[in-house]
Amino acid sequence: MIDKPRSFQEIILRLQTYWAAQGCAILQPYDMEVGAGTFHPATTLRALGDKPWAAAYVQPSRRPTDGRYGENPNRLQHYYQYQVLIKPSPPAMQDLYLGSLKAIGIDATMHDIRFVEDDWESPTLGAWGLGWEVWCDGMEVSQFTYFQQVGGHDCKPVAGELTYGLERLAMYVLGVDHVMDMPFNDPDAPIALKYGDVFQQTEQEYSRWNFDIADTDVLLQHFVDAEAECQRILDAPAVDPKTGRKIIMAHPAYDQCIKASHVFNLLDARGVISVTERQAYIGRVRNLAKACADAFVQTPAGGAAA
Amino acid sequence: MPDLLIELFSEEIPARMQTRAADDLRKLVTDGLVEAGLTYAGAAAFSTPRRLTLSLDGLSAESAVFKEEKKGPPVDANPKAVQGFLRGLGLEGTDSWYASQIDALKNGEVLNFDSSFVTTQELKGKRVLFATLEYPPRPAADIIAEVLENAIRNFPWPKSMRWGSGTLKWVRPLHTILCILIDEAGAEVVPLDIDGITSGNTTRGHRFLAPDVFSVTSFDDYEVKLKRAKVVLRADERAEAIWSDATTQAFALGLEVVEDRGLLAEVAGLVEWPVVLLGRIGDDFLGLPPEVLQTSMKEHQKFFSVRNPKTNRIERFVTVANMETADQGATILAGNQKVLAARLADAKFFWENDLRVAKAGMDPWLDSLANVTFHNKLGSQKDRIERIAALAREIAPSVGADPDLAEQAARVAKADLSSEMVYEFPELQGLMGRYYATEAGLPAEVAAACEEHYSPLGPSDDVPTAPVSVAVALADKIDTLTGFWAIDEKPTGSKDPFALRRAVLGIIRLITGGDHRLQSFHSHLMALIADHLGYSDQEVEQLKELMTQLENVSDIASELSSNRLTPEKAKYLTDQLRSEVGRKKGEAQVLGEQIATKLQTADQMASDLLSFFHDRLKVFLKDKGIRHDIIDACIAMPGNDDLTLLVKRAEALAATLATDDGENLLQGFKRANNILTQAEEKDGVEYSYGADLKFAEDPSEKALFEALDAADAKIAPAMANEDFSTAMTAMAALRGPIDAFFNTVQVNDERQVVRRNRLNLLSRIRKICLSVADLNKIEG
Repeated sequence: MIDKPRSFQEIILRLQTYWAAQGCAILQPYDMEVGAGTFHPATTLRALGDKPWAAAYVQPSRRPTDGRYGENPNRLQHYYQYQVLIKPSPPAMQDLYLGSLKAIGIDATMHDIRFVEDDWESPTLGAWGLGWEVWCDGMEVSQFTYFQQVGGHDCKPVAGELTYGLERLAMYVLGVDHVMDMPFNDPDAPIALKYGDVFQQTEQEYSRWNFDIADTDVLLQHFVDAEAECQRILDAPAVDPKTGRKIIMAHPAYDQCIKASHVFNLLDARGVISVTERQAYIGRVRNLAKACADAFVQTPAGGAAA
Repeated sequence: MPDLLIELFSEEIPARMQTRAADDLRKLVTDGLVEAGLTYAGAAAFSTPRRLTLSLDGLSAESAVFKEEKKGPPVDANPKAVQGFLRGLGLEGTDSWYASQIDALKNGEVLNFDSSFVTTQELKGKRVLFATLEYPPRPAADIIAEVLENAIRNFPWPKSMRWGSGTLKWVRPLHTILCILIDEAGAEVVPLDIDGITSGNTTRGHRFLAPDVFSVTSFDDYEVKLKRAKVVLRADERAEAIWSDATTQAFALGLEVVEDRGLLAEVAGLVEWPVVLLGRIGDDFLGLPPEVLQTSMKEHQKFFSVRNPKTNRIERFVTVANMETADQGATILAGNQKVLAARLADAKFFWENDLRVAKAGMDPWLDSLANVTFHNKLGSQKDRIERIAALAREIAPSVGADPDLAEQAARVAKADLSSEMVYEFPELQGLMGRYYATEAGLPAEVAAACEEHYSPLGPSDDVPTAPVSVAVALADKIDTLTGFWAIDEKPTGSKDPFALRRAVLGIIRLITGGDHRLQSFHSHLMALIADHLGYSDQEVEQLKELMTQLENVSDIASELSSNRLTPEKAKYLTDQLRSEVGRKKGEAQVLGEQIATKLQTADQMASDLLSFFHDRLKVFLKDKGIRHDIIDACIAMPGNDDLTLLVKRAEALAATLATDDGENLLQGFKRANNILTQAEEKDGVEYSYGADLKFAEDPSEKALFEALDAADAKIAPAMANEDFSTAMTAMAALRGPIDAFFNTVQVNDERQVVRRNRLNLLSRIRKICLSVADLNKIEG
């Protein structure tokens, strides 16, 4: 009998321990608002170039349009993803993944685990890959992707990416029907906290702000500013006059791309972006992502000769 | 004769690609082997989520001897060229060696090597080199290795990928290759190394139930061992097992599984070891429309629906697991039920929200359609609804529908596009519209039209017959077509992103199926296209305003805004406008010219659209066994924008030409027409003065006069009544008299009076026949 985790945080801790044991660097969340773990530069940028890479991390993610004031059993405007990126993808990537399910208490001999076709494409990142959504007893528990392109660049070698939607997965493992009822820490702890104790109120506050209060003029300006700053950073000469070194600022530029992407999501939630404008905004973010990818592959981490 | 077994073992292959891939593997390998000189007795290919398998039996052990002849340059050509030819044959040597060989060939000697040789032969006065090459037999294994590597490297996956550090492409990472050649002595691995993946004689069983590696010695051994390792190799066997188990379990409860072939095939491609589990749908959800339950379960979960035949409700579901567990699937089923409950809770939430809006009259939905772009050049869905409503009202009398109901139906038919349910499940559009219109208390005809106005979608889809549905369906499609024609987004080649061909076929089937007659269809199309082009009453009013002082033009302007456009009127007005406005200056001139241009463009576009209808009609009638030339003969007649009439005419003509009389009449007509045309060309006149009986000499000539009179008397009234069958039977009855006439009478008589009279008689034949259809267009 597999020893079952008892709380949300225990699932996260077990994933951290498991992937650490598989040799991944356990990184911390990126300190910016992003829509998914993929946006973390440890995935987007590090999937590029020929340098081997293995990292795992939790990434708080924000999807303003999914806000439901904390009432929906599993929709949240702020949630956690667990992300693993290994480059080149090891031959036993599927087995490694199944090992992680075992680590969090999913016994493959008692469940029906399936790899169902799901090709991944991110129009905002100019990225795509092939893979599956992984089902456990009919529920999607992870996304599994072999990255083929990011920011318009072929991924050589190919990185294998895993994304776990932590709340949904944890609810399943813990047998909870409403996310807010899920134990966050040990249910026997002196101060036992449920997910709702931590996030119920913030879900309400952000839902209201996302949908009705966020100042769209300010946001539109933020978008334009981030776009301009990204371009300005990339336009700077490669050689820094102060240090005399070649310093291409791919990461600071990419931060602006992340910012623009999130602002776009907020504007979308405010309902001020029409169907036709939508495509144009997505295209603008993609252009930034591509420019950042172009810059990153010119840097040592991106595989350029030092 | 050896057998061959190949298995390509990979990570999970998308279900939708498996069958095709197995077939491609069979084709690529067998084609390659045959091309290389091997033969085989039988081939069979199989697929599971993780493997493609090919089994060949009765393969030849080596390739047949293969001979080939190659012509080279003349022996006394530039020695470099001769040397190049010899090197191309595989003959390598020093320059002096080549020189000596060339001398020998010049002396008429034969150059032998391996089983091949080179000689010289006389060709057009030159001595030219000829090589006769004979390739020795090659062992099957060598050829298989080559062919399989080639097949793997060039496999036609719809989408393929790289993985790790490799460059090989496969649908998902390829792990192992099993490739064995089996003869009396046993099984031999065919050695192969593709980017580090080496071939062997082993495979694995089910991912969880039997993951260990095992070796195999033949196809039978392979299939048996796979089954022991919890893998059913054959997709049809898996599908059959699923279906039989599902129906048995449902039957035991007095229920039936809703048949879904596509889903069955897909599910069979998601499992290697199917385990059927029958689950419950929570009571809370049984009140949802059955289609909602079915769609939600199928789309999200790939569940089959299980119906209670007594209540006709969907009460249970079947899920197919890929796993046997110690608890007989209890945990798996519980998990699936939970996921389903969450899905259906969403669906129920949508349904209940939608019902509230529907019962209150659907206004918020209709309003929000103003924000939904139909096409950026054709306005919003709301604009479109306005147009369809007006059009449905106009069409209604022609199809026997109440105009008020037709308009009302058109106004709500797209409302469900704003509903939450259709947002979630776009494939339920129309059907939800029907539910919501019913809930809104709208008349049953209106509710039905909400669902049926999209039909017919495919060529085998049912055609609605309820008049209100027909009116809205026609209006919807006609608006789409005229709109896309106006913005020049017509289908080209294989590209038809807006499904305009389907819309045209839909209209043809709606109109001809119901024997409906749309009056002045061509003019109608033109007027609608003109509307799309922005020809508006305001514009005309503005022109009128500008021109009030100018008598002639103000008449034209009021004419423009008073009645429906027709091509004739448009042409007249265009000319008038241009001649009047041309002399004026300023705004009136510009505006008048704009309107004239729009009218002219609309007319051209309408003609183009109509001929697109005719092209589709040809395809439609061809499927009914009517030849394209018969349709052409009918399209050439006036009134060809009346599709029902056109089809009737074509059917009658096809039936007539299928008779002996009809076939012979056609020959008679052609003969008459040929003689007449030649004479008219030669004489430079048209013989249409009317023949006179008094110049008739031969009895057969007189008889033809009588027969033509009789035919005239029947054909003219029959045509006026659109009774093509009577008209064409009367026409076909001319066959005897025409044949008799040609058998006994010489048309080109020496006496000019007699000749002219006979030519005029032929002219009557032509006239009568052409009044029925343009028989010139008929082939043969």
